Amino acid sequence: MSLAVTTQIICFSVLSLIIIVGALGVILLESIVYSAFLLGGVFMSVAGLYLLLNASFVAAAQVLVYVGAVNVLIIFAIMLVNKKEDLKPIDNLKSRTIISTSICLTLLSLLIRVDLSNIWGIADPNMTVGEESTIRIGEHLFSDYLLPFEVASVLLLMAMIGAIVLARRDVMNKDISTGLPVDQELIEKTREPLLIKKN
Amino acid sequence: MNTGLDLEYSFNEILKGFGLSSEVAHIIWLPLPMLLVLVAAVVGVLVTVWLERKISAAAQQRIGPEYAGALGVLQPIADGLKLLVKEDIIPAKADSILFTAGPILVLVPVILSWLIVPFGQNLLISNVGIGIFLWIALSSIQPIGLLMSGYASNNKYSLLGGLRAAAQSISYEIPLALSVLAIVLMTNSLSTVDIVNQQSGAGILSWNIWRQPVGFIIFWICALAECERLPFDLPEAEEELVAGYQTEYAGMKFALFYLGSYINLILSALLVSILYLGGWGFPIPVEMIAKIFNLPINSPLIQVFTASIGIIMTVLKAYLLVFIAILLRWTTPRVRIDQLLDLGWKFLLPISLANLLLTAGLKLAFPQFFGG
Repeated sequence: MSLAVTTQIICFSVLSLIIIVGALGVILLESIVYSAFLLGGVFMSVAGLYLLLNASFVAAAQVLVYVGAVNVLIIFAIMLVNKKEDLKPIDNLKSRTIISTSICLTLLSLLIRVDLSNIWGIADPNMTVGEESTIRIGEHLFSDYLLPFEVASVLLLMAMIGAIVLARRDVMNKDISTGLPVDQELIEKTREPLLIKKN
Repeated sequence: MNTGLDLEYSFNEILKGFGLSSEVAHIIWLPLPMLLVLVAAVVGVLVTVWLERKISAAAQQRIGPEYAGALGVLQPIADGLKLLVKEDIIPAKADSILFTAGPILVLVPVILSWLIVPFGQNLLISNVGIGIFLWIALSSIQPIGLLMSGYASNNKYSLLGGLRAAAQSISYEIPLALSVLAIVLMTNSLSTVDIVNQQSGAGILSWNIWRQPVGFIIFWICALAECERLPFDLPEAEEELVAGYQTEYAGMKFALFYLGSYINLILSALLVSILYLGGWGFPIPVEMIAKIFNLPINSPLIQVFTASIGIIMTVLKAYLLVFIAILLRWTTPRVRIDQLLDLGWKFLLPISLANLLLTAGLKLAFPQFFGG
């Protein structure tokens, strides 16, 4: 076994272990902050897997988008609304657990089916693109995958408009069903004006 | 194409001469450039700290460090030793795991980014194909470390500092990436070596700063904001937030933040010089000088000479930019957070988009000047 293959196997096992343990940690840990940080670790390890597959551009994009944007925003949101509240026990928790477990198992079986039915090996080893993959991705994005690419940008535009409408209180100042003006107080503690009190 | 000095090839050839296989020679070679660049980065930080102290003193009409070594050159080492032997404090109510992981997450991506900094045709750790994109991706990890340390400190100033740092770095990453994209558009490559080679045609005249003046200014502003240097040092604004996310840190953990911010500053300066100021290129092309004096460009002595000129030029350009950054820090007031975000989103973002569009148009119109 050559050195490169050994290194690859070690890296692959370590990364897979981090991904599996980290992903379990994300869903099982009590603290939501730990979950969010672990999610970042999982994303990083997935980027590492892409690197092992010689897809360096996809790996960097994974880090930039998932770690640098998605995960940072998740942590940001958690820290801005880090309210400690006692959650009410949910009704018929057992049946919910059973339903969600069965859905997850169905998805898992689907994934296993895809894994088994697909031929993963590359027929011709000379077909691998390696460093040139950046150019190939660009060519595909602007030719045969142009429509999905543009549709994704429309989706992002919609999300952005939605966020702006939610953030601007003067746009949504009436209740849609009743037509009454909505309470627009900021969600924060009322402040005692100290200076006025003194006078 | 002149390949220049290729140390890796020569080193491997020597080891093969001793009867080692090429694989073993490669393993022995691998850690050497990494260690060299790490040492260079740390020495660069010491020099920058000394410069910062001296220049700030000059800006305020003081003398500055004087007793530690000649002109106080040993002062940064004394600072480092002090931080090294200080007690490592973790506040009682802080989250000790995240508190420790935060500074590491801030420092590691910055050091990893040195992977792509070229000091010559073959004088870099690895000429990876994604080049400059790797730096953009890695620098986006940093806010997680800042948020982590801000949260783990269990201190409202730290949390606010961490949140500000994350908001700032997200806002300024976009114009930064767009101005890099304009350069990449002209080069047809993401690799830093290709970017420098594309500027090496006619010496100082072919540097990207003449073709991308707007991009240069946007990149420099964004780089300062990403490094949290004044006028953009809101995350650690002393008067408002004590010291931001570093408030609770002491000893070596604080030193990691300190080191990280200075390494990041030098890295940004190096990247500005690579992207816009011709990297290792001498203002007059070295090949042209060699031709005038009838020197063989491929002889070993000339190669060593040109390689050292390359390293000196890269470092010189970078330190010129570091000097400007230090001067800016000690002469400009800090912007407010709303001004900062306004500048990022309402001014730099549209301008960098327009710059990108203009570059693409000019590239189509004048392919010989803007990279066909």
